[in-house]
Amino acid sequence: MDICRTLSLCSTCIPERTPLSERLELHFSVLHFFALDTKNIRNSINSWLYPLLTFGSLILLWWLASTRGYLSEQFFPTPAAFITGLREEVASGSLLRDTLASLSRVTAGYAISVGIGVPLGMVLGTVLGARLALLPLMNFLRSLSPLAWIPFAIFWIGIGHGAVIFLIVIAALPTIALSTMAAVAGIPKVYFRVAQDYDLLGIRRLTRVIFPAILPQLVTTLRVAMGLCWLVMVAGEMLAGNTGLGYLIHDANNGLRLDLILVGMVAIGLLGMLCDRLLMFLTRLPGIRWGYDR
Amino acid sequence: MSTGSIRIKGLSHSYGATAVLKDIELDVSPGEFVAIVGPSGSGKSTLLSLLSGYLKPTSGVLERTGTTRTVHQADGLYPWLTVEGNLALGLPKLDAAARRRAVTDMVGRIGLTGFEKAYPHSLSGGMRQRVEIGRALCGDTDVLMLDEPFSALDYLTRLKMRGELCRLLDDQPRTVILVTHDIEEATQLADRVLVLSERPASIVYELRIDVPRPRDVTASGVVDATKAVLKAMGYEP
Repeated sequence: MDICRTLSLCSTCIPERTPLSERLELHFSVLHFFALDTKNIRNSINSWLYPLLTFGSLILLWWLASTRGYLSEQFFPTPAAFITGLREEVASGSLLRDTLASLSRVTAGYAISVGIGVPLGMVLGTVLGARLALLPLMNFLRSLSPLAWIPFAIFWIGIGHGAVIFLIVIAALPTIALSTMAAVAGIPKVYFRVAQDYDLLGIRRLTRVIFPAILPQLVTTLRVAMGLCWLVMVAGEMLAGNTGLGYLIHDANNGLRLDLILVGMVAIGLLGMLCDRLLMFLTRLPGIRWGYDR
Repeated sequence: MSTGSIRIKGLSHSYGATAVLKDIELDVSPGEFVAIVGPSGSGKSTLLSLLSGYLKPTSGVLERTGTTRTVHQADGLYPWLTVEGNLALGLPKLDAAARRRAVTDMVGRIGLTGFEKAYPHSLSGGMRQRVEIGRALCGDTDVLMLDEPFSALDYLTRLKMRGELCRLLDDQPRTVILVTHDIEEATQLADRVLVLSERPASIVYELRIDVPRPRDVTASGVVDATKAVLKAMGYEP
């Protein structure tokens, strides 16, 4: 009798003709996910419950500290002031406008960085000449703070949309290219030998071996790069922007509106989390999931 | 019948100043099953890499006829492809419908019906090796190179896999080169066993085994051959 069926753990199971020793091995393998339905549901609930508990506890602490006088309003806004500031920003439409401005800049800068950085990283990882020529430049650019480029960005492009996108690209592109290169360098040699055996050469090697082999690591790179884009976007908008959430914080700072600074910070944090969640969905795709399940 | 053959004359190979192989002479006829054994680090895998075309010899002649595919020790399957995706790699010249039929046929022959959509990481070690052997046997492979293909498996699974390999080769005869550190595996499977010396390695002993396959590992012919190979490698009980 099939163990999983006996224990009512799964509906679809290992075919009957599979030898007993292999069936047992499969039943007890970590990835026999049919048996993990109950665990999956529990994990899914926990993935929402635990963060909610963390954030709920922080908000409760903030509220207690403010109402009991441990936290001065001069140094940090109270929850009530934050909600008032939030209402003000929502009612005036500026929160939506700034959010859309920031989102569009991050999206544009991120898309350019990924569009150039990933192919460039693949070339750096596979072509020795390109690596020798470009790797020092990439490392040089990566070592420079993107904020150092702000004067040039303003001088070349002017204050506004373009300058912020430029700063995002300057920050994210070398990181994406170098991480992609490292992912290519880490591909096991046996994959290339198999490619040679099965005539997967030239462009087919790039698209059918190298690219799928680095996808799991690439998703991690994309998540790190997304975080970097939000970091640089805020700094860029503070110094070289005239709209956006970074500019909102900068403007609120000039007006000593700590409540509005916090509104901008919370909006950026939530958007960053949302973007990361969206990228996390990529890890569920079958062509990527193997890198996380192994 | 397979048409793949191999001829090696005066082949030597070095990694920098380190000589690994020296004056290897070998002729492998079409359909022959040759096993290469030797002490650890003697250069067995280097020899197989040369035979597979992954490396170029430092000197000497290496002639191969026919297409060559290698079954690797472990992790030779592409983890982003399913069982059928991996098997289909071996059939690039067929149209989609014919490829589907051939894949279904091979899935049945390697005993993995029901696992067509499974990814390698969800299979057991034995199942993964069966897929890899099946992939290598798909299509018009002439020479099958086996690089310690069962070394990561437990003893019973290894015995079973040897039997399955014999069955698959009965259906589709191929020229086979097996590199292994398992003497018993070599004598149970091969028509000819070659023993390499310490590095820089050359062939120091050759044993022909005229026992029909599949062979019982405890049969006197296999046991005697194992003893002879062990003796040639310097092991005396």
